[in-house]
Amino acid sequence: MATKRLHLFFTISALLLAGLLQAQDDLLSLLGDDAAEETDYATAAFKTNRVINLHSLENTAPGVMDFKISHRFGTLDGGLYNIFGLDLATIRLGLDLGVTDNLAIGLGRSSLEKTYDGYVKYKFLRQSTGKRNVPITAALFASAAIQTLKWAEPDRENLFSSRLYYTFQLILGRKISDGFSVQLSPTIVHRNLVRTSAEKNDVPALGIAARQKLSKRIAVNAEYIYVMPDRLAPEFRNSLSIGFDIETGGHVFQLHFTNSTSMIERGFIAETTGSWADMGVHFGFNISRVFTMWQPKR
Amino acid sequence: MNKIAFFILTAVLCAGSVQAQKHFTREGKISFYSDAPMEKIEAHNQQATAVVDFATGAIEFAALIKAFQFEKALMQEHFNENYMESTKYPKATFKGQIIEPGKIDLKKDGTYSVKVKGALTMRDVTKDVDTEATFVVSKGVVSATSAFKVAVADYGISIPKVVAEKIAKIVDVKVDVKLAALAK
Repeated sequence: MATKRLHLFFTISALLLAGLLQAQDDLLSLLGDDAAEETDYATAAFKTNRVINLHSLENTAPGVMDFKISHRFGTLDGGLYNIFGLDLATIRLGLDLGVTDNLAIGLGRSSLEKTYDGYVKYKFLRQSTGKRNVPITAALFASAAIQTLKWAEPDRENLFSSRLYYTFQLILGRKISDGFSVQLSPTIVHRNLVRTSAEKNDVPALGIAARQKLSKRIAVNAEYIYVMPDRLAPEFRNSLSIGFDIETGGHVFQLHFTNSTSMIERGFIAETTGSWADMGVHFGFNISRVFTMWQPKR
Repeated sequence: MNKIAFFILTAVLCAGSVQAQKHFTREGKISFYSDAPMEKIEAHNQQATAVVDFATGAIEFAALIKAFQFEKALMQEHFNENYMESTKYPKATFKGQIIEPGKIDLKKDGTYSVKVKGALTMRDVTKDVDTEATFVVSKGVVSATSAFKVAVADYGISIPKVVAEKIAKIVDVKVDVKLAALAK
């Protein structure tokens, strides 16, 4: 009887001790696993809010002003005489501002046709895992551009509305892995005035773009914009661009080759003339410098 | 048989009182400060979880890397993307031990300084951390603060030359938690 009691005592003690030790082994498990209760948003699918010419699915962070200096030099076929285009440059200066996590606005001025542009971009879906599981990021983008060249024929009746261009775009994309992101950009460009009756005022197009990181700070980007047939005059081509993003502390340098001269939608989607086959390609860059304007509340 | 019942009862009660000595938080503050010649950087996480078992002296912390908030959005992006790789390594954890937990009397208001020894894990790398912690018991509320230094290279984080003047090689970490008794 005595041994039986002792046996029972040891068993119970061992069980209790085991329970204690186990609790000590992983104290945090006492709080339960609440990882599933949080939403983890995918971030930095692209290094900036542009792939090359196209808007990427990323927005400028809330409270941040992004000053962009963009250049497209002349085409490479200019040869050594133009040092492969470097003698010629068109410029766009832009300011992008992140208003909230989802909303960004921007203004720009292009030297090409002395054009001012402004845009609004709103993310209505953000790729996330966890509590809220969303496979893609989706944004709506709308921009207006005003060309301010002097009227070619000042004597005839010229309407202000003839200077206006509009772009509406849906951006759908996904950061597929840490290094690879892809997006589709169905777009419509509206021109109030076109040069000839053969051209259409509305130009539907589909942009496709991707980013692959080569290292933590260098990525390669590519984008192609397919324009629906019979919308443009025959001399216009689809835009194809390939480039690198290089990140240093506060700057992102985007260096690229593109057959588009313009840096705004209306131009690079509907008025690209360069041909990759004939070296009608421009070297260009976007430099992005960010400034923190205010601290968003979390 | 009475004796056995007594033993079991004692054991269960003992276990019960040990349980009541566990305290926790889900809103622990963990901050770090990088003081480099060209830039001062600080980041704050206010959602760290922690459990302290005052009976055994065992301490555990966990903090989500993505929950560290920076003054500049780009810094936060780089912290997550380039340095901590937070999608691959989402959490930092600390498992440690108060060397003399008996010094802390939860029933008596006061300030208790103790030594803490443990292991900090970030990016799958575990390194020993020795530090001091101050526990304050005031009207039944237990809070604790601690500070220690972390060498970023210890955790396999490399700082590129271009930003070498902007990021400190040794970062100060501060911990500030208010603990509540764990009801379980």
